[in-house]
Amino acid sequence: MSDTEIKKSEDALELVAFCVGDQEYCVNIMSVREIRGWTKETSLPLTPPFVRGVINLRGSVVPVVDLASRLGLETTEPSARHVIIIMQIGEQAVGLVVDAVSDILTILTEKIQPTPDVSSDAARDFVQGVLAMEERMINLLDLSTVLPAVSAEGIAA
Amino acid sequence: MPLSVLAVDDSRTMREMLRLALTDAGFDVSLADDGEHGLEVLQGVTPNVIITDINMPVMDGFGFIEGVRRSTEHRVTPILVLTTESATDLKMRAKNAGATGWIVKPFDKDKLIDAIKRVAA
Amino acid sequence: MDSMADIKQTFFQECDDLLGELESGLLDMESGEGDSETVAAIFRAVHSIKGGAGAFGLDKLVAFAHIFETTLDEVRADRLEATPDVLSVLLRSSDVLADLVGAAQKDEELGEERTAGLVGELSAFVGASADASEEPAAVGEDIAFAPLGMDFDLDDAIGDLDGPEDTQCYTIKFRPQPELYANGNETVLLMRNLADLGEMQVACDESKIPTLDELDPEGAYLAWTITMHTSHSESELLEVFEFVEGDCELEISLDEAPSDTTESDLVDNEATPTGEEVATTDVEGASASAEDEVANKDNVVQLAEQKDKQKPAAAAKASTEKDTSDATIRVNLGRIDRLVNLVGELVINQAMLTQGVIDAGLERGDSVESGLEELKQLTREIQESVMAIRAQPVKALFQRMSRIVREAARATKKSVHLVMEGEMTEVDKTVVERLADPLTHMIRNAVDHGLETAEERIANGKPAEGTVSLTAAHRSGRVVIEVSDDGAGINRERVKKIALEKGLISPDEQLSDSEVDNLLFMPGFSTVDKVSNLSGRGVGMDVVKRAIQAVGGKISISSKPGKGSTFSISLPLTLAILDGMVVEVADQTLVVPLTAIVETLKPTPSDIHELGAGAKVISIRGEFIPVIDAGRSMGYRNEPVDPLHGVVLSVETEDGARAAVIVDTIQDQRQVVIKSLEENFGHVASVAAATILGDGRIALILDVDSIIAREGSARLFHETNLAATG
Repeated sequence: MSDTEIKKSEDALELVAFCVGDQEYCVNIMSVREIRGWTKETSLPLTPPFVRGVINLRGSVVPVVDLASRLGLETTEPSARHVIIIMQIGEQAVGLVVDAVSDILTILTEKIQPTPDVSSDAARDFVQGVLAMEERMINLLDLSTVLPAVSAEGIAA
Repeated sequence: MPLSVLAVDDSRTMREMLRLALTDAGFDVSLADDGEHGLEVLQGVTPNVIITDINMPVMDGFGFIEGVRRSTEHRVTPILVLTTESATDLKMRAKNAGATGWIVKPFDKDKLIDAIKRVAA
Repeated sequence: MDSMADIKQTFFQECDDLLGELESGLLDMESGEGDSETVAAIFRAVHSIKGGAGAFGLDKLVAFAHIFETTLDEVRADRLEATPDVLSVLLRSSDVLADLVGAAQKDEELGEERTAGLVGELSAFVGASADASEEPAAVGEDIAFAPLGMDFDLDDAIGDLDGPEDTQCYTIKFRPQPELYANGNETVLLMRNLADLGEMQVACDESKIPTLDELDPEGAYLAWTITMHTSHSESELLEVFEFVEGDCELEISLDEAPSDTTESDLVDNEATPTGEEVATTDVEGASASAEDEVANKDNVVQLAEQKDKQKPAAAAKASTEKDTSDATIRVNLGRIDRLVNLVGELVINQAMLTQGVIDAGLERGDSVESGLEELKQLTREIQESVMAIRAQPVKALFQRMSRIVREAARATKKSVHLVMEGEMTEVDKTVVERLADPLTHMIRNAVDHGLETAEERIANGKPAEGTVSLTAAHRSGRVVIEVSDDGAGINRERVKKIALEKGLISPDEQLSDSEVDNLLFMPGFSTVDKVSNLSGRGVGMDVVKRAIQAVGGKISISSKPGKGSTFSISLPLTLAILDGMVVEVADQTLVVPLTAIVETLKPTPSDIHELGAGAKVISIRGEFIPVIDAGRSMGYRNEPVDPLHGVVLSVETEDGARAAVIVDTIQDQRQVVIKSLEENFGHVASVAAATILGDGRIALILDVDSIIAREGSARLFHETNLAATG
């Protein structure tokens, strides 16, 4: 299929895909503020384990979430080759630690299939839908649930 | 060249209204907060018409008009006084101080423009 | 750019300022500090509100402002004495005026019952004084003031009136006097305006021009006779000359037989002395209707008077040089906030640069180092100057409280005297704004619950009138605001009983007086079912406390039975900067607010004592203070460090609780820029905020109060300490 053709269509979506462990996820490119190399966070006390801490993003304090841990996968031991995708979720900026960015995709909305009924909580809570790309299955991440407990009320322990 | 107007009023609302109405009508507008400020502004601008409120702090409209009339540069610049309908004695006092005419508040835009055109050369 | 909607916004903003001036002026009068300028300013405030309201068609506001203004005019003209009774009505009127403005802003209507009573009272003043007055005319006339909405789209109705059916012929005789020109009027413009109304022919009379040596360059020697064919009425013709009434001789006469006027007719008319058949139009101001300028002595006299007024007066007042020392400009708050943020970045950047220079290993005494030192100094000065821009006196806030006192006094039927002190104390604008609600609540509490009824007070040998005082002062880098009453003090037995009922304390708990008082701030402590609807001591006091804490402030209470209570709020001067001690805990860098630290010390083994299972206390000058390991408290490590291997920060909370916080090492003491965690995340327990260090990394700012509260063991040692400081 032709890319230009899709881009003209109003039903087209541009997605950023990335690897978390051996799975592939993607998010709408419109929610991505920037992608940067991993830097050491300042850890926050008494927060859930998947909240790695906060980093300085040009003067703003931005929380960083270990996406693998959040999805119930193995906790990431981040290194310089990991990346942080800074997402804009509503009013908040949040960084997601992932292994690597794998692709930028342009797809038609209709290509998104409903999440298959599986028993995994993570799949139900965090995956909006799936799409097939050649051999791969890419999960469309539901950003609204990535930071569930984090509201103005905080995550008081 | 557009006509230029200096409007002197201590009320921010009134100043903004005058500015809106006058700029809409194509005038160049300068503003001042009270009489003393008005005289200061007049050192830098030469308006075709001056509009002033009477009841202002620091220096009221009478003092301002007298000050304008004493200056060499603005001695005969038309000065319109903003006044309420009932204030007949104020009109007379303003005239004695040297006012050219008056605008009755609350004014509508056309009356305002009309009054200016009446006195502007 | 601007629209009427924007201007309406401006109007409401201006109303806020004007209402503030109004109230403060009235309060000055009440305290006997007012003078005639105060009255003038008050009058102006109400007048300006009325004027703006009229332009926006806010009829109810106009109507009330008008009656209010009329009464104030009586005071201004010394026809009505500003007795306490009058001032009380005026103050309540200012409250209602504020409410009307508020209602108008929200597009709501204020119930008639709010204004009706006052309208009666205000009118009574006017009526009473008008009877005694010699000149009630102005007032009576003014009452007919009809609000007229400003509609910029309205076509000028008068201008559109054309289509002459009945053309008539008028003869206008016009002789300007020098004043006409001196006041900036021009004959040529009058002619032009007149020409718009119909066809006209003009003849000029030059006969009065003197010889050159007698000619006054400022004199007026020409006269004109105009013959006009017009469908407009005589009064419309007169309107053209509206501005020059009194500055000219003017006669307008209707020619009985309209005919083709010729030049000779005109000359004839001019030559003819004003005849009986000519209707003389007597213009307002009477003296101008003189029939013959030479013969009319009155006119000459008037002319002379005006000359007097205009010429020599010139030299007299040369006060046009304005003192610019307190000149102000209005700046959009967004711009200032941007500046504040930029300066914050500058501070961080300067710290990073300093760090970089240190890392580069430059020798001491290097010029780079001294340059950096100067940069640091400058940065700090810029920062302070920028913060000063945001600072505002608490005066406006305090004035709002005077209204709260009046309302609360009325609702509780108590007589209350409000004493204010330190109104000019400056605090960050945001802090001032966020204080309004908690302060309102505290003031209501003071009147409603702090003060006894008049009977009780008299029975206790106190004056019937209660006193509530509101003070502000700078104290060691913070602003302290106190609300005190001279009432009965906190009924501790009742507070304990309530706390017990609510399960906040256990029956066998031994509480100090201060601890009992502090129960008022506990969430869940509420005496709402026992008190009037106005407020409840304790109702929302936990909310008050949280609101104060949200702006980095602390609140404490002290009370003496029979003497009264004092609530004391301590606030940071700014919300953006904090003096902190940079410390290391379990490889994490933390900042401890300097205001919380009493002292730092390296303990010796003999200072440390075990207390029960695992709990330690440290003895500092004979006082036993609980030890809190910051690392463990923050969840950085599970086992506390040995206090002997760390540094002890002796800290104190606003309500007097003390603790010894153990950190690993102290790095530095410096100003840090406060960065919000809430913006992108949320509140984190034990953390007040974050900051950015010289190396660009984030450090958390410790919330000392919350750490101590979480540790819970503080209470035990609370009492001794309070007894010592209280």
